[in-house]
Amino acid sequence: MKLLQMLPEAPPAHMLALALNAGLCMGLVSRGSLELLAGKSVALEASDLGTRVRVAYDGERFRAQAGGASAGPADLTIRSTSAGFLSLALRREDPDTLFFTRRLVMTGDTELGLVVKNALDAIDWSRLPLPRRPAAP
Amino acid sequence: MELVCPAGSLPALKAAVDAGADWVYLGLRDETNARNFAGLNFDAAALAAGLAYAHAKRRKVLLALNTYPQAGTWERWMRSVDLAATQGVDAIIVADLGLLDYAHRTHPGLELHLSVQGSATSHEAINFYQQKFGVRRAVLPRVLSLAQVEYAIRNTAVEIEVFGFGGLCVMVEGRCMLSAYACGDSPNTMGACSPARAVRWEETPAGLESRLNGVLIDRYAPGEHAAYPTLCKGRFEVEDETYYAIEEPASLNTMELLPEFVRMGVRAVKIEGRQRSPAYVSQVTKVWRRAIDAALAEGAQFAPRPDWMAELNRHSEGSQQTLGAFSRPWK
Repeated sequence: MKLLQMLPEAPPAHMLALALNAGLCMGLVSRGSLELLAGKSVALEASDLGTRVRVAYDGERFRAQAGGASAGPADLTIRSTSAGFLSLALRREDPDTLFFTRRLVMTGDTELGLVVKNALDAIDWSRLPLPRRPAAP
Repeated sequence: MELVCPAGSLPALKAAVDAGADWVYLGLRDETNARNFAGLNFDAAALAAGLAYAHAKRRKVLLALNTYPQAGTWERWMRSVDLAATQGVDAIIVADLGLLDYAHRTHPGLELHLSVQGSATSHEAINFYQQKFGVRRAVLPRVLSLAQVEYAIRNTAVEIEVFGFGGLCVMVEGRCMLSAYACGDSPNTMGACSPARAVRWEETPAGLESRLNGVLIDRYAPGEHAAYPTLCKGRFEVEDETYYAIEEPASLNTMELLPEFVRMGVRAVKIEGRQRSPAYVSQVTKVWRRAIDAALAEGAQFAPRPDWMAELNRHSEGSQQTLGAFSRPWK
């Protein structure tokens, strides 16, 4: 059994919620672009690690949610491999490219998927003075 | 020959400019463009920032107003034309006759490009748009053979733009209502083919299923390449056989035709994909910039490099590529 599967899922979900809220606070993501996401939950599943994180957005901020099977399906579930998620986060890969080759699957409310994808795409990292940021490949 | 690249967000526009696009085309956040997807496209602030970025690097920006104005909301299309003119957009891409007329009368200095959705397939049609509305460039529908493209170019002074790479559909340009059959909306009226609100993906024991407003479009076996959930690319039962009854998912890739495009005087090559992410825009634009530069330098000796073709193939829907109608030997 992989180490990650033995860890509780809450910490990564909290980390993700924190990161998303930081993005909202810094104005990298506009709340206006997330309107459709208000009151909805999103789960990310890394199929190779067997991990699942789930967050909910209340219109103001993201919160970590318990994501076990008992929680029922999230409004939107995005499944990929850890490498797939990493290449998306670093803007090295286009999600449609991963989707065509079945390396990314989105189930549930497809429109929420577009909201999430397009909000992430619209982040202008050049506005942040980071020493290392996701670069155009 | 110019390279025209898509942008669905400000980072995508910057990626296109940095990778060597001559023009970047984009849309506003409403049904005035044919990629009206949640969260995609430009608001007024992003448009201003994009124009500043492109113009600082001496590149041009095109605003796509390529859907058909609807009764009741047609003012939205006119205000978008006004916005383009006042913001300093370099040209607008328009399909609708009435909107072309409005733009031509109200903003005579605003450059007009005829959208592929205008479906002008002959030089007579193209010249009509030039005479009536001063159209400067026409984007040819993807139904013409290479010989037909050349014949049009020889008989018009309007600049001709052709599609070079990207997703293909059934190419009933400007007239497609297929998705309205299942969900009431079509690309030419509300700006989206298979609007996301009506699309559902579901993992079932039989495979991954895509549905449009309940209509089963396709079912993919494990590992089988997936496609956009549009009716034209679905597999359907026809007389006890299940197959791609309309067309098979594929991407257009005309790179090997570049020397012919140069010889004929094609003015610009367009890359499809405003719905794609900055990573796609950057990677595809880089490859096409190199290819066009090489084709201009090498003339008839030009041949696409295998690594360029591999890179483009990676991004293709259905993971297969075609020359489309360009290579059609019959007339």
